[in-house]
Amino acid sequence: MQLTLWTYEGPPHIGAMRVATAMSGLHYVLHAPQGDTYADLLFTMIERRDARPPVTYTTFRAQDLGRDTAELFKQAVAAAHARFQPQAMIVGASCTAELIQDDPGGLAKALDLPIPVIPLELPAYQKKENWGASETFYRLVRALAGAPGQRPAREPGQRPLCNILGPTALGFRHRDDLIEIRRLLDGLGIAVNVVAPLGATPAELGRLREADFNVVLYPETARTAAEYLKKSFGQPFTKELPIGVAGTRRFVTEVAGLAGIDPAAVLDGPGSRLPWYSRSVDSTYLTAKRVFVFGDATHAIGIARVAAKELGFTVVGLGTYGREFAREVRAEAAEHGIEALITDDYLDVEAAIRAAAPELVLGTQMERHVAKRLGIPCAVISAPVHVQDFPARYAPQMGFEGANVLFDTLVHPLMMGLEEHLLGMFREDPEFHDGVGPSHLGGKSYGTPADGAFEAAERAPADPPPTPAPVPILLDHAAWSPEAEKELRKIPFFVRGKARTNTETFARERHLPLITVETLYDAKAHYGR
Amino acid sequence: MNAPLAHPPGCGGIDLHQEQGQRAVFCGLTGIVWLHRKIQDAFFLVVGSRTCAHLIQSAAGVMIFAEPRFATAIIDERDLAGIADANEELDRVVTRLIERRPDIKLLFLVGSCPSEVIKLDLSRAAQRLSGRLAPVRVLNYSGSGIETTFTQGEDACLAALVPDLPREAEAAAPSLLVVGALADVVEDQFLRMFAAMGIADVRFLPARRAGAMPAIGRGTRYLLAQPFLTDTARALDERGARRLPAPFPLGAEGTTGWLRSAAEAFGISDEAFDAATAPGRARAETALAPHREKLGGKRVFFFPDSQLEVPLARFLARELGAELVEVGTPYLHRGHLAAEIEWLPAGTRVTEGQSLDDQMDRCRAARPDLTVCGLGLANPLEAEGLSTKWSIELLFTPVQGYEQAGDLAELFVRPLRRRALLEV
Repeated sequence: MQLTLWTYEGPPHIGAMRVATAMSGLHYVLHAPQGDTYADLLFTMIERRDARPPVTYTTFRAQDLGRDTAELFKQAVAAAHARFQPQAMIVGASCTAELIQDDPGGLAKALDLPIPVIPLELPAYQKKENWGASETFYRLVRALAGAPGQRPAREPGQRPLCNILGPTALGFRHRDDLIEIRRLLDGLGIAVNVVAPLGATPAELGRLREADFNVVLYPETARTAAEYLKKSFGQPFTKELPIGVAGTRRFVTEVAGLAGIDPAAVLDGPGSRLPWYSRSVDSTYLTAKRVFVFGDATHAIGIARVAAKELGFTVVGLGTYGREFAREVRAEAAEHGIEALITDDYLDVEAAIRAAAPELVLGTQMERHVAKRLGIPCAVISAPVHVQDFPARYAPQMGFEGANVLFDTLVHPLMMGLEEHLLGMFREDPEFHDGVGPSHLGGKSYGTPADGAFEAAERAPADPPPTPAPVPILLDHAAWSPEAEKELRKIPFFVRGKARTNTETFARERHLPLITVETLYDAKAHYGR
Repeated sequence: MNAPLAHPPGCGGIDLHQEQGQRAVFCGLTGIVWLHRKIQDAFFLVVGSRTCAHLIQSAAGVMIFAEPRFATAIIDERDLAGIADANEELDRVVTRLIERRPDIKLLFLVGSCPSEVIKLDLSRAAQRLSGRLAPVRVLNYSGSGIETTFTQGEDACLAALVPDLPREAEAAAPSLLVVGALADVVEDQFLRMFAAMGIADVRFLPARRAGAMPAIGRGTRYLLAQPFLTDTARALDERGARRLPAPFPLGAEGTTGWLRSAAEAFGISDEAFDAATAPGRARAETALAPHREKLGGKRVFFFPDSQLEVPLARFLARELGAELVEVGTPYLHRGHLAAEIEWLPAGTRVTEGQSLDDQMDRCRAARPDLTVCGLGLANPLEAEGLSTKWSIELLFTPVQGYEQAGDLAELFVRPLRRRALLEV
């Protein structure tokens, strides 16, 4: 058993729903009790989709357990087929139905429907959402892509043809990434054959084999399918993440290589505004800002590179909740001279952020809350998503426009340059006290005040009482003299925690019994950035 | 499974249908979202799957509270395979939790679908842990979706509290108990109202703190403040308390009927009752009047969700002049809702249970002016051109009593107003 306050990923059948909901002409029959129907609101409320997910739940109840839940499942499959007339169906069980072992695949097969019915085995007690999405997409591709064989060679003069694999429903900026990547491919003269799962029909999966290669946007959902397509049809696939300017350029070069064409058409184009914005002198205050990055592997790795090499930040923490990609994240962390945090325990992440004392957190909705509590600015760069992660405007994370968006996203929560300098100059100015956030964000402190529609729930019976402070850690550090404490308070609040820790470490290492103003500045010189 | 079971009209003058099939409702775990705010030193530990954890955080609006007083002990394959002893694992998780949160006085172990199916005995675990963790009390109930629908989770939680409530002395004077979670502000209004009519000893279940739960005994007369408290009422009856039959305090008329039931039981004179309630009734009338013209004649369709549907429909029909197309409810308690059923317009179609796709077909065919439905259905129906009111807000907003009658009406008016305002 694992104690979980918040979960980064849903169960694997939610991943299957993300694939099914992304596609059209596919229907998912899920053997599950009524409570599992909550999943609809992920799509209709958080993503604001205008239709129910194409999912039929059997919603069996306790009284059905003594009778025939298998019969209930068969009826649900038959009724869903009759009503929705899908091109193909997927069938499976959620966590509870897994325990009653009704064998959805076998039961559906016995109905002998005139369409492909693909059984899903998604072990709910071992695996999670992203794995479920990946497995579902792989099973669909395997079942519907046709018998393995070699593609016919491309006619000379024909445009190179690729598939784009990975975008799903409820994906973090998938909608806009797809537009941006299509634009890049078009600029290179590469035609897109099939995009899947987002927008694809089961029939279209039968045409995947016609492409020369595959573009994998999100390895979390598409790598397994891409490996299958490589093995079965000899289609190579992309490995570069088109996140940030350098990432996008590497991606363009890789794609052009796979297509056998010259990347110059795109690489010599206008590109992104990020390099100039980052070089312009007002950005110098960004230098070596300490950032903590956490998210799914794709975004964590991509954003860490942008943070370090395109904005000049120092990455002091990097991690992912996606254990399937731990190796990649560890390798990236090593590049930054740190050790990766691989965990899906929200409390561990909180502790790591606290210990790293960053000036900016780039994470998920969970880290946004941690950052709010710690008084650190934060930007959301990865799923799990909230309603505000589906902006009305065009806001890709990938490609050159994605780099522009990232510049804004990563810089916006911070103090503006001049403001930060003034804060350093006039620390006792009443308008610059600790509670005051960046003037361009308004309000009285960091954090996003409007949390979206659902949080009407905050008007619940009682106002939330203050969250109790976590149990204090007993430190064996030297005492602070009142003067030193007072001096410490003059240091801007976003680096004060670090200054305190450094000074205490400095004093402990030297066995100093009392921290004075002198000690504070000795430590500052010692750790000088 | 989608065939409706047509029933002859019964239950007063209503046209009652029962349906079986796919449901689109939350399970009882959802109640934790408001219960953990109501009982301020209680913690709710769901013993379940990742789905349970995901459900609660999604239903609650992702992460409202930085560190909430609920969590999930996620069962994994080691627990299922018997490699780990589930009870030992649970003890370990609970110990970690209590160490981290020394402010917790009451811990609920909340059963889920998986814990029910594998027959994890949470009542024994609660007993065992209660002994070990004293003075922290540990209770258990099931919020599983194979047994409970949405608000039934609150019923199960309160029913679990009842055996543990202090015993009132035999000779104690009669007291009034209000049962069902209400917003604090509403409780305070009712307290003043009861005091004004001369009922001084009024208690609430649940109390705001674990140590302040009300004593009950043979002198306890209780009013249900919520229509979904079947098991809680049964448990209270078993301890000698007596239910005061009443409508529910939604809208001015419901509130008057509810208060009058208590007044009659406590021998309050008509004069005292009228004097205490007249200002509230007058204010409610003032607040309701402007909404009446907006909702009068509007056709309303209820999907089943919280079991509040019947009293809400009664309020809309009788106090605001709305027309009821269909009133869906997950479960119709004929006894507790007797006064409400009596008040529904004759021939009102009430559907108990659900067959989702069939019900959506009926809703589309009827093209109601306003559809009251769960979160999952609201946007799809809006996209089809129907105005909707998502029903979970009716549980998260103070709506009971005279002072909230106008607010309650406004919740139904707002979607219509909004639609009229938007030009795009």
